[in-house]
Amino acid sequence: MYDPTVARLTYRGLLGRRRALILGALPVLLIVISVAVRGFTGADDQVAADVLGGFALATMVPIIGVIAGTGAIGPEIDDGSVVYLLAKPVKRPTIIFTKLIVAVAVTMAFSAVPTFLAGMILNGNGQQIAVAYTVAALVASIAYAALFLLLGTITRHAVVFGLVYALVWEALFGTLVSGAKTLSVQQWSLAVGHKVSGDLVTSDVSLATGTVLLVVVTVAATWFAGQKLRTLTLAGEE
Amino acid sequence: MSTLTIDHVSRWFGNVVAVNDITMTIGPGVTGLLGPNGAGKSTLINMMGGFLAPSTGSVTLDGRPTWRNEEIYQHIGIVPEREAMYDFLTGREFVVANAELHGLGDRAAHRALATVEMEYAQDRKISTYSKGMRQRVKMASALVHDPSLLLLDEPFNGMDPRQRMQLMDLLRRMGDEGRTVLFSSHILEEVEQLASHIEVIVAGRHAASGDFRRIRRLMTDRPHRYLVRSSDDRVLAAALIADPSTSGIEVDLQEGALHIQAIDFPRFTALLPRVAREHGIRLLTVSPSDESLESVFSYLVAA
Repeated sequence: MYDPTVARLTYRGLLGRRRALILGALPVLLIVISVAVRGFTGADDQVAADVLGGFALATMVPIIGVIAGTGAIGPEIDDGSVVYLLAKPVKRPTIIFTKLIVAVAVTMAFSAVPTFLAGMILNGNGQQIAVAYTVAALVASIAYAALFLLLGTITRHAVVFGLVYALVWEALFGTLVSGAKTLSVQQWSLAVGHKVSGDLVTSDVSLATGTVLLVVVTVAATWFAGQKLRTLTLAGEE
Repeated sequence: MSTLTIDHVSRWFGNVVAVNDITMTIGPGVTGLLGPNGAGKSTLINMMGGFLAPSTGSVTLDGRPTWRNEEIYQHIGIVPEREAMYDFLTGREFVVANAELHGLGDRAAHRALATVEMEYAQDRKISTYSKGMRQRVKMASALVHDPSLLLLDEPFNGMDPRQRMQLMDLLRRMGDEGRTVLFSSHILEEVEQLASHIEVIVAGRHAASGDFRRIRRLMTDRPHRYLVRSSDDRVLAAALIADPSTSGIEVDLQEGALHIQAIDFPRFTALLPRVAREHGIRLLTVSPSDESLESVFSYLVAA
């Protein structure tokens, strides 16, 4: 199910180009904000939860997910180099699964790790807030990577759609419209985070609902992406 | 020894028919797929390589379908037309990755790089390669698993004459070794230098099939049209029509020119300047009016 060569090509593609800079920008911003907030207001649990919930989980994690998830396959399909993977006796679902693993790992590295660091800076993991949001970022990374990897296989405009989902749906509707909250990766992962920390991390869905939906979305998106790749049509240049 | 069978294959995109009911069998040796740009060559090659489903019909390699069948790539090597190929890798890294995806190791990669004579630049990044170098590394990636069928889409595009000769030698060698090699091109000279067998496609249809002599004859025996302007069009027309190498001449008063249809191309090209000199006529314009590739190929459809 996992092909080390596909993995190597994927992470070198992801981290080699300008994308690595973009991936690094948001975590750096989060750390800078955390240092500034800590410097101005001192250690405050509520402020820490607001920063991690409002910026790290609501904005940074989905955007990193979009960049890593779509970037794990989108550019190869776009420029046609994916043909070198497809013209091999390697099962297409294996290619997708491997790319998912890489996308998850990259999303985790660039979102969960800085989230934890920011939490430590903000209030030294008081009330387990740093750990809770890190756990939430970890599980969200998996679902986002799967979702945006699928998006990368079905549309050339995956980044645009991904950002619209991340910013408009998750960040805007997800916080304003209660119905949208049930269908939000952010809320599902917060449900998991709530389990760790308690009342400073809140979610609109129950742990059971959140977990089931996270698993269903991840598995379904990955399966569908594998099927999609099996029938991927490479447009000729004529 | 592998045989690729294309059986009543059509492919349409929306209501545009790109490939129209093509049936052909490609056996061992070098076959050239010839046709003007936009004829459907790439679409057909994509179907042969299993990257596109035929709308109707089937493409099989020794009886096994190429579409939705990853195992078939153990036997197929593909050299795509598009340039993109993991430019951030070195040539060696790229070919090694291709070998690994076939379950092979460094040895196979090294052998393939040697075959295309790219060892000298194998540690440079692909992004620094010239077009010809890219083409050779693509070739190496396609040869790494010693395939019995090699598909190349416009492999000579953008190559300089020396690179072209090298690649031709290589493909000829592949064909002589008993591999089935198919390459597409829109240039007759390329195809006739290399291919022992030619398939011609025009506007999505299978226009002709055979050895290059037959195709060459079909292409040169067609009537040629010329537009000629001279100091005395009528005298020139009268003298030319007397010769059997022309089949029709129209005096176009509006254009102030002659539209000449020649049926014996070599004879006509010798006749025209001779007649002009004998009658003291100055030739002002002599231009073939239908030398575009499209019109050349369209004769084949009718043939």
